Amino acid sequence: MATITAGIATSHIPAMGAAFDLGKTEEDYWKPVFEGYKWVKKWVKDEKPDVVILCYNDHASSMMLDIVPTFAIGFAEEFHPADEGWGPRQVPVVPGFPELAGHIAEQLIIDEFDITIMNDIDVDHGLTVPLSLVFDKIDAWPVKVIPIAVNVTQFPTPSGNRCFCLGEAIAHAVESFPQDLNVQVWGTGGMSHQLQGLRAGLINPEFDNAFLDRLADYPSELRKITRLEYIQEAGTEGIELIMWMIMRGALGEKVEELYRFYHVPASNTAVGHMVLRPVRYGGK
Amino acid sequence: MRDRLYSLEELEKIQGTTVFNARRSREAYHLHKFCMSLMEEKNRKTFKEDERGYLDTFRMSENQKRAVLDRDFTRLIELGGNIYFLVKLSNTDGWTTVKAVSSMTAMTPDEYAAMMLAGGRQPDQS
Repeated sequence: MATITAGIATSHIPAMGAAFDLGKTEEDYWKPVFEGYKWVKKWVKDEKPDVVILCYNDHASSMMLDIVPTFAIGFAEEFHPADEGWGPRQVPVVPGFPELAGHIAEQLIIDEFDITIMNDIDVDHGLTVPLSLVFDKIDAWPVKVIPIAVNVTQFPTPSGNRCFCLGEAIAHAVESFPQDLNVQVWGTGGMSHQLQGLRAGLINPEFDNAFLDRLADYPSELRKITRLEYIQEAGTEGIELIMWMIMRGALGEKVEELYRFYHVPASNTAVGHMVLRPVRYGGK
Repeated sequence: MRDRLYSLEELEKIQGTTVFNARRSREAYHLHKFCMSLMEEKNRKTFKEDERGYLDTFRMSENQKRAVLDRDFTRLIELGGNIYFLVKLSNTDGWTTVKAVSSMTAMTPDEYAAMMLAGGRQPDQS
């Protein structure tokens, strides 16, 4: 049986990808950011996940123009890093998992989540930066990845609560897959940031830390945050935090917080990162 | 009518903020087509050689074209644009994202970068 053994939340800031790719991680500006990811890099080596269900958003790289799906699942054997205008990131091609992705898509639609199926999609920094932050520089990714793309760009986005429910449905789908697999669910993006208007540069550490404080033990409080509140409090792009709610929904009621990191700034954004273990899988 | 947790009008009242919605997305569809075309080197080159001529190959409004020529990101947002698309234009010019984003604020790029280093714009700070 496939089992969800852990959840990871992390920002997916493109400048972090650039710093990583250009070998700047030891520079004064970036060092404190990348310090925050040393723990997870070590931890994941013992965890040895087989599959990551990776919730992210495309940033007008290969989606978002002609067709705007609210939730979409990547169905291909492999996903290539997208060219975001300065050439694709020089990271390995991302291996997919059509059998499990197909099973999840079927189960989700039966469960009334009418998810869009993507047979051909290049993946941008939203997906590849988290992989680099966790698995470091590597010749081939040690996991298969099922991308779940969420519209967080064009309003209305799905609600945080809807995302949480999607996570619950993903967990049910994974548990009914017959193959023995160690599965992680990752929620990416955030934390507070706004990239447009007179209010650009918004950072709200109070909101971010309250979010981090509640993610493990009080997700029911986070489920009540409306889209309006996300935008007011965390900024127009801070609404990416709804993707963390998919991850949290997939972990079940009780979880243990294994690791937490928060840092301001990276480029225009507050960096947040957390690792959670479901109690049903050995968490305390 | 169903009850809603908040009205759509409230989204329009967030200070210094434009929420990119479906209507704006449609208004900027061809502007965004132009932005996305800049993902290819040959298009970036054609655009740089004759900006006006290249813009005229897209079904954008005259106001949108003028705002592109002026690199007026505030105006481009007013005309429906979204930053994820608009950075394709600032990238073509070799601007950092911080420079593009700061151009919409009341600050210089240096002032904006200093504000970010000091912890960003606090929610009570306009």
